[in-house]
Amino acid sequence: MKPHTLSVLVENKPGVLSRVTGLFSRRGFNIESLAVGTCEEPDMSRITIVCIGDDAQIEQVMKQLNKLIDVIKVSDITENDRVERELALIKVTAEPGSSRAEIMQIASIFRAQIIDVGSRTVVLSVTGDTEKIDALEKLLRQYGVKELVRTGKIAILRGTKTVKSAK
Amino acid sequence: MKTGAKILIEGLQREGVETIFGYPGGVVLPIYDELYNSSLRHILVRHEQAAAHAADGFARASGRVGVCLATSGPGACNLVTGIATAYMDSVSIVALTGQVPTSLLGNDAFQESDITGITLPITKHNYLVKRTEELGHVIREAFYISRTGRPGPVLIDLPKDVSTKEIEYEYPESEQVNLRGYQPTYRGHTRQIDKAIEMMMEAERPLLYVGGGVISSNASAELVSLAEMMGIPVTTTLMGIGAIPCDHPLNLGMLGMHGTRYANYAVTESDLLIAIGVRFDDRVTGKLDTFASQARIIHVDIDPAEIGKNKRVDVPIVGDSRAVLQEMRERIQKRKEYERWLSRIRTWKEKFPMRYPRDGVLRPQFVIEQLSELLAGEGIIVSEVGQNQMWTAQYYCFRHPRTWITSGGLGTMGYGFPAAMGAHFARPDQVVFDIAGDGSFQMNIQELGTVSHYQIPVKVAILNNRFLGMVRQWQELFYDRRYSYTELPAVDFVKIANAYGIDGMRVEDSKDVKPALQAAIETDGPFILDFRVEREENVFPMVPAGAAINEMIGGYSE
Repeated sequence: MKPHTLSVLVENKPGVLSRVTGLFSRRGFNIESLAVGTCEEPDMSRITIVCIGDDAQIEQVMKQLNKLIDVIKVSDITENDRVERELALIKVTAEPGSSRAEIMQIASIFRAQIIDVGSRTVVLSVTGDTEKIDALEKLLRQYGVKELVRTGKIAILRGTKTVKSAK
Repeated sequence: MKTGAKILIEGLQREGVETIFGYPGGVVLPIYDELYNSSLRHILVRHEQAAAHAADGFARASGRVGVCLATSGPGACNLVTGIATAYMDSVSIVALTGQVPTSLLGNDAFQESDITGITLPITKHNYLVKRTEELGHVIREAFYISRTGRPGPVLIDLPKDVSTKEIEYEYPESEQVNLRGYQPTYRGHTRQIDKAIEMMMEAERPLLYVGGGVISSNASAELVSLAEMMGIPVTTTLMGIGAIPCDHPLNLGMLGMHGTRYANYAVTESDLLIAIGVRFDDRVTGKLDTFASQARIIHVDIDPAEIGKNKRVDVPIVGDSRAVLQEMRERIQKRKEYERWLSRIRTWKEKFPMRYPRDGVLRPQFVIEQLSELLAGEGIIVSEVGQNQMWTAQYYCFRHPRTWITSGGLGTMGYGFPAAMGAHFARPDQVVFDIAGDGSFQMNIQELGTVSHYQIPVKVAILNNRFLGMVRQWQELFYDRRYSYTELPAVDFVKIANAYGIDGMRVEDSKDVKPALQAAIETDGPFILDFRVEREENVFPMVPAGAAINEMIGGYSE
């Protein structure tokens, strides 16, 4: 049992996302993270799904996804050389004074940006892989994380390889 | 200029549809208005569930796409059980539902239900048509998806304004359907087929395990030919019955929970299981890790997701049963004798035949056997679900594919009677019997109205034991005979039939069975037979839930 990253190309049509997520829930597969957006083909979307399961379960997930008429291609890119990113927006309690300086210092180490400064809070924007964002969140917790918003993971293959429809 | 409704009716006719089953309502009024002057035949059922089952029965008996039509909200929701039944047994139907106008969608309007959402998990695909301009194309696609690959139900939801809007439209003469996300594989991989043949040559105790996929791909002739050429015995699932004649020397009958002992023993001792168009369902396998545990497994299926789903497979072959069987036969160069294996099976067949007491008591098995003799394997037999279904599977001698129509996967009580109506329209030349229980028959008994209205010559043989028999059997065997809510009061089915203007007969003595069946067969119109059978007869042999399939209980064979 380990996390698998699936890159799923779908028709850009209404209801596609519910077909995909509905399949996961009714077949008892768990979604760890999900990210959807348009892609290089104007009439397609790309869904990046992270799910946990053993090899047989993941094979079944992929076969079932492939059966959906609106799913064009499913690739498990877990074993491929790839780059992954998530984005998080973190609102941290930052009373004027020393903690604010410390937060800014941490932000710079993590290459996070301060995108909003209020009288008692700052908002950080950070991108990176799951571990990096987890680490930043953990460090910031001592100052008081008031709100955390996180996207699902997106991933892309390194080099010239792509996840594209056969056609 | 054409309305959406006109485009729909024209589209159905272009797809070769002649008969549809439906029930009108508010938002489908434009469609019904178009039907008024159409040559398309519409059968008015008495409940939308029956429309879906009738479309399903039509599809199974004919191999074509069955069509049903219902209004929005309750009408659409009443189709759900029928659609799920077709989905579980991979039956090609197209369900048309009305929907509230697009301007009201999502507003909880009168008789609005999100039927595309509701049927998402029980359709192969579905559509909510939002523009009349898309409609012609959607119809073409829906029929294509429904009948190709692994067949299945497709639903088209039509908002009222889509049906009424007029547009310039010509149905394209030969529009190719090209779906980049849907490319079924028909031809099996040649190297895999060769590997399978190699395994057949190495095997000592091979067994063909075939199911509904062989029926739906019309592969019976190819199956029998391969079995005979190689001398490999065949066992069928409930859905595969009819793929090989019942009295063929290589046929072991049905396997699984209520299968024959010899079929289950053969699976257990086989060293090569050749699975074709099956899905290793729990009612077939019993305890999974003991199922065919000595065998290597070849699995042929058009749906890659079925391969390896429940059981690890040695040689997977994705493809159409018929195409693969044909290629297998062509590529086989040598024959092999499995004489020791066949003689072992013959011994089991002699030692453990399917038997029940022939003591003059009116037993349900006797009724089935008598019907089987009278029709000599001809006719179309539809069943309800439960004991009636299992006895028919066990004791009716089927000789042809598509003559046995039953709800296998979903196990839908009330399926048989409306499905029998559909089967009649598919094969008007055939006698159609619905073998029912008194419980199942009462689940769609209102269809007596339809059968009477159109004089559909469906015969119903009710095995009336005043119990929900299969549940009662489990209560007897596993719940200490505590018959909790399974006893039904007596119903005079002949009187009910008469009230609808249908003839019927009650049979209480075993010597009256044959003349009664004969009378039903000779009647031109519908006929109801009420057989007052032995009340606590059980379906045997039986594999208790969770046991290995060779650990069978009951049966009068020992």
